[in-house]
Amino acid sequence: MLDTQWESVARVGGDHSRPARDTWVEGSPALNEISDDIARPLSARPSAGWYGCLAASTTALAVGVGCVTYQIATGIGTWGLNKTVGWAFDITNFVFWIGIGHAGTLISAILLLLRQRWRMSINRSAEAMTIFAVMCAALFPLIHMGRPWMAFWVVPYPNWRGPLWVNFRSPLLWDVFAINTYLTISLVFWYLGMIPDFATLRDRAAAGIKKRIYSLLSLGWDGSQRTWSRYETTCVLLAGLATPLVISVHSIVSMDFATSILPGWHATIFPPYFVAGAVYSGFGMVLLLLIITRRVMGLERYITVQHLDRMAKVTLLTGSLVAFSYSSEFLSAWYGGHADERFVFVNRATGPYAWAFWTMVLCNVCVPQLLWLRRIRSSPAALLPISILINVGMWFERFVIIVTSLHRSYLPSSWVMYYPTSIEIGTLIGSFGLFFTCFLLFIRLLPMIATWEIKGLVGAHGAESPQESHV
Amino acid sequence: MSRTRLVATFSDADAVCDAVRRLRARGVRVDDVYSPYPVHGLDRAMGLRRSRLPLVTFLGGAFGAVGALAMQFYMAVFDWPLNVGGKPPNSTLAFVPITFELTVLSAGLLTAGAFLLRSRLMPGAQAATFAGRATEDAFVLVLRCGRDSTCDEGEATRLLFESGVRRIEEIRA
Repeated sequence: MLDTQWESVARVGGDHSRPARDTWVEGSPALNEISDDIARPLSARPSAGWYGCLAASTTALAVGVGCVTYQIATGIGTWGLNKTVGWAFDITNFVFWIGIGHAGTLISAILLLLRQRWRMSINRSAEAMTIFAVMCAALFPLIHMGRPWMAFWVVPYPNWRGPLWVNFRSPLLWDVFAINTYLTISLVFWYLGMIPDFATLRDRAAAGIKKRIYSLLSLGWDGSQRTWSRYETTCVLLAGLATPLVISVHSIVSMDFATSILPGWHATIFPPYFVAGAVYSGFGMVLLLLIITRRVMGLERYITVQHLDRMAKVTLLTGSLVAFSYSSEFLSAWYGGHADERFVFVNRATGPYAWAFWTMVLCNVCVPQLLWLRRIRSSPAALLPISILINVGMWFERFVIIVTSLHRSYLPSSWVMYYPTSIEIGTLIGSFGLFFTCFLLFIRLLPMIATWEIKGLVGAHGAESPQESHV
Repeated sequence: MSRTRLVATFSDADAVCDAVRRLRARGVRVDDVYSPYPVHGLDRAMGLRRSRLPLVTFLGGAFGAVGALAMQFYMAVFDWPLNVGGKPPNSTLAFVPITFELTVLSAGLLTAGAFLLRSRLMPGAQAATFAGRATEDAFVLVLRCGRDSTCDEGEATRLLFESGVRRIEEIRA
């Protein structure tokens, strides 16, 4: 056994001057300090704040479980739908939640391909958010089926009914494939990213049940450079696949509307318009989650104000795209000269649901303009209410598109109003409960920051300074 | 045949890269390096070949695309042609979204699966024991020495010291 002191050996390699470290992590923590910080929430007793949040979200979840049980037992006649407005609250929530997910894939895949280092502290939690949001979204079409135990009928499998196949020309079926692919690929990407961290946790844990669980999850990872090399290739390949995937998912969701001939829905701008809105609302949700989490879990050192600033810039950009889409819709309604189309848009802004429309404009067009100010972008206290308003605005956007286009049909005798029932509102509350419960358990049970990526960031010499990379 | 493994621990990524370059310049084959994060430039220093995983992705994607189109044509055109809104049974454009989704799904799953299989990562697999603290903060270089190998123990030890090794262990197997 040969043993030597690090200091006693003269390094022949010469003077390795270290350039200023990347400031995406505050201070210059040692590598083992990084795992200490990130693993702490997994072993320490959770704070009162965490318990408080969990109590609130499980209560909301219980409300949702109650409402869903009731409406499935009774039938979806418990909703406020009528013969004119056949689609309203349920589909609004579906589109809202699917949209939330998009920011996670943007951060983990598109920013990986663009080599944006600031994604590293936030990608893990953003991916988790994607998965939970897609789970919440998938619930709504399931409930909407009325008989969710027949859900497997949407899968094309050989059957005794003909075999009668599913209708491949329907955007609703495209949704089935898009959402299942999205959920699967997101899960695979998320889990692959965590394998090296599970190995770190395995090697830190004392013998016992925890060590056994982490051993199982880490799949025997030992940090071999040969594996790392293939691992990085795999991550880039999956990111390359996830990038067009995320754009396709919300494009397909928008086609649920755009392929119909209903004025207000039948618009070619829908796919890009929905994708921009999805990323916008998703970044709103990431901001909301991370502003609270970094505080509650004491991770301000890794999720810095600079990260929030970057996310706010993406929010501003996508918010502006959304605002542009709104104006473009109105322009084409006016310029197209189609009387029914024009009527729908005038009705949207001045009709009985004008309050919803103007809430949407206030939240999605006016509020994000505050993000031009650096002072606002770098203030968690200011970003918190803005991120909530963004989500309110984006929920109302979907409500406005769906309900205002339907409630005034071609025949004035069937003009009606739609109001949600308490069951529908309870289901929405329940989906928030499910989402936040999953997220709270995630930050308690899994490493919520990619430890190995932060180590690479801190360990690599000559890391880029944040001034050099722009969104 | 007596086989010896030299396990050299470094506390710095640069030093381990330096050691790999020195050893390989003398014709010593480096068995592997274990590190807490992928060290950039180390795969080139070790002379690792480019991964063939992109080929798996391409083949997986091609399989998904062809499979999805074939499935939709069989079901909607041949087996049970259904008139939906007066569209012809062979409405190929309408088949594009599902073809795309299944292409991505198949390419992604096969890539991830091939990566795990090739790297021998699976539930219950054992990590290399001498990796030690490599998942935490150490960089561990492993050499195989013996009569039949390119590695002369004395020479390798000297080169490792020159690169600033922190600790060298010898494991006989």
